[in-house]
Amino acid sequence: MRRFLLFIDSMILWLLLTWPFNQLWPYNIQSILVGVAISLLVTLIFGKRFSQRPIKWFEPQRYFWLILVYMPIFTLQCIKANVDVAYRVIHPKMPIKPGIVKVKTRLKSKIGRTVLANSITMTPGTLTVDIQDEYLYIHWIKVYAEDEENATRLIVKKFEWLLIKIFE
Amino acid sequence: MRELIGLIIIGIGVAFDFFGSFGLIRLPDVYNRLQAATKGVTVGTWGILIGVCVLSGFNSLGVKALLAVILIFFTSATGSHALGRGAHKSGIKLWKKSVCDKYEEDQ
Amino acid sequence: MGIFIIILISLCFLCLIRIALGPTLADRMVAIDILGVLVVGVCALLAVKLEREFLIDISLAWVFLSFIGTIALAKYLEKKRFD
Repeated sequence: MRRFLLFIDSMILWLLLTWPFNQLWPYNIQSILVGVAISLLVTLIFGKRFSQRPIKWFEPQRYFWLILVYMPIFTLQCIKANVDVAYRVIHPKMPIKPGIVKVKTRLKSKIGRTVLANSITMTPGTLTVDIQDEYLYIHWIKVYAEDEENATRLIVKKFEWLLIKIFE
Repeated sequence: MRELIGLIIIGIGVAFDFFGSFGLIRLPDVYNRLQAATKGVTVGTWGILIGVCVLSGFNSLGVKALLAVILIFFTSATGSHALGRGAHKSGIKLWKKSVCDKYEEDQ
Repeated sequence: MGIFIIILISLCFLCLIRIALGPTLADRMVAIDILGVLVVGVCALLAVKLEREFLIDISLAWVFLSFIGTIALAKYLEKKRFD
């Protein structure tokens, strides 16, 4: 199951990278055959350590939350973050008050924590510095709350409920 | 029409790139610079790549540009975490007007 | 299109200024990281402008190489104390 998923994924990546569909049928058959061979090689070497619970890949509601809900929210947050950065950089007095705060997450899986850290980095004014088990250390360009509970409410809550639905 | 939309998206991306690089010059310490530069330049490059995809249409160039967007989502933010952690571990203090440093207290 | 490429290359010079000025080693590494992402944008724009498709392949490879370089520099920074 796991090996089959890895084979499909690396085959899709190969097809996107080489793009043999420029001519009509028959497509560039040689390129596709080389892709099959290389995907088999990758599957033999890395098959064991691909995904912990591959059954998650076959649940369609995860893709619904990922594409239709997470991506628009994330794009909106990115644009807000950039307008915020532009304001702080251009303003002559530089309204910054930096500090490192500690927040707690409820996510368990490694990929979930990674995507949470990346999302926090792209939201306005925050940057993940380190992850230790369930605590994240976050550099905040303007500190609104120093204690753990309020910082968690302000920073993590925007994405956590969504990532639990996608990755847990 | 499609060309105009593509050029507008590329223009927005270049503007974000400008603010990111300007923050790299102006802000006072490593962590603030990392923050402004990572956000600005990452989203700016996404804008440029999506604009290239709109300009070229659905062919090999456009698909590769979209693939580069996904790769940059994972690599750029992860690289900035690694740099921030490395800077903190190598003993660089926060800016002198900083409020709190919970990471220092927990070490 | 040409004006965008000129602006991006002058932004690369801003990064070079930070590399020259940077008081600590970490500042220089941040500037190198940002320079890598800027070059990806320059390559993508050149691929459209010159109509050469291999340039977008270069930008894809550059994403990976810049990431690996940044991780290696961060590891190096973590092991020792500088300044």
